[in-house]
Amino acid sequence: MAMTIQVDVVSAEESIFSGLAELVIVPGETGELGIYPRHTPLLTRIKPGSVRLKLPNQTEDTLIYVSGGMLEVQPHIVTILADTAIRGGDLDEARALEAKRAAEESMKNRTTDIDYASAQAELAEAIAQLRAIQKLRHKNPH
Amino acid sequence: MAGSKEIRTKIKSVENTRKITRAMEMVAAAKMRKSQQRMRAARPYAEKIRQVAAHLSHANSEYSHPYLVKRDAVKNVGIILITSDKGLCGGLNTNVLRMALAQMKQFEAKGTGIRVTPIGNKGFSFMSRIGAKIESHLIGLGDTPRIESMIGTVKVMLDAYVAGEVDAVYISYNHFVNTMKQEPVFEQLLPLSGENLNAEGSGSWDYIYEPDAQAVIDEMLLRYVESLVYTAVSENQAAEQSARMVAMKAASDNAKAVIGELKLVYNKARQAAITKEISEIVGGAAAVS
Repeated sequence: MAMTIQVDVVSAEESIFSGLAELVIVPGETGELGIYPRHTPLLTRIKPGSVRLKLPNQTEDTLIYVSGGMLEVQPHIVTILADTAIRGGDLDEARALEAKRAAEESMKNRTTDIDYASAQAELAEAIAQLRAIQKLRHKNPH
Repeated sequence: MAGSKEIRTKIKSVENTRKITRAMEMVAAAKMRKSQQRMRAARPYAEKIRQVAAHLSHANSEYSHPYLVKRDAVKNVGIILITSDKGLCGGLNTNVLRMALAQMKQFEAKGTGIRVTPIGNKGFSFMSRIGAKIESHLIGLGDTPRIESMIGTVKVMLDAYVAGEVDAVYISYNHFVNTMKQEPVFEQLLPLSGENLNAEGSGSWDYIYEPDAQAVIDEMLLRYVESLVYTAVSENQAAEQSARMVAMKAASDNAKAVIGELKLVYNKARQAAITKEISEIVGGAAAVS
């Protein structure tokens, strides 16, 4: 039997694949990378594309689409930290600008100083209400 | 029969309220399971990225990323405040807001400037009402938070940190202990604290970096911070759903108690009216004979 390597494909939102493979082909930033067991430790970014896994005892390759991410290789473990979002400097910048613009919009037409006193009063009131409800519940154990 | 009609209407309305709270309780219970699953699903990524980031910060002592450097003078701080979008979840948001507000007050007492990035409608409206300086915000996350929608909002704060506009970034959210218990937390996000990044057994070996170490470390740490924020959001969401379930259960129980009391009052009023009628008839008959 051929040697195998543990492969984990995880994204921030879920675990996509975990298992043994004979060969992993990853679209690295500087070119395709084929990783066999006992590869030297490597860390690189990956481009959007498909990760091909050759699983033991299967003729067909397994394909996993990733929209970029990071690849970490250790002699017996390959970890692909997949992005769920399409990333890129400009794209991230645009997202940030959009978020900033929305915030500035909402900052207009209001007072500047933080009014701690009224904020605290507001919170205290809410807490008092909650307490009252709890007390009421204690008194009336149906 | 004075007032009995009003009492009947009241009973009806409380019954309707109870139906709604019961339905909300069940919806929250279903959503809670899903959000807990999501919270668990995010763990392998966060754990893995933490390990790699830890290794990186040890293996590359010559390149120190701004996220890892502690600044001596903290003139401005950023706070990422995570709350829920919707209410009706007990004291969940109130608790986290109170904690954040207390911290903000302390910062202000020291003369530290504060910028806030609220995630979630409740925190956003609270912060804009009290007039905090909002750097960016994110509302309407829905039941399935996507990391994609958070990138921009979080980046604004991270950029401010790298540019030196803020010297520390804190994150405040509800920590999910269990279904009955949620704890508000206020912890430092940036600079990344050393203890979280203490690599276990990072030996003398190092990775091959493509294209180069610096670029890879930058990307890695950015993702690490984002995954921390995402974890906080998903945890807060699990806390929200369980808090809502508990709150709605309490509301349903209360409604039940109120209905019981009203029924008692109603029956008393009805009985009194009957007694009165009988005694009037008896009195009338006695007067005739």
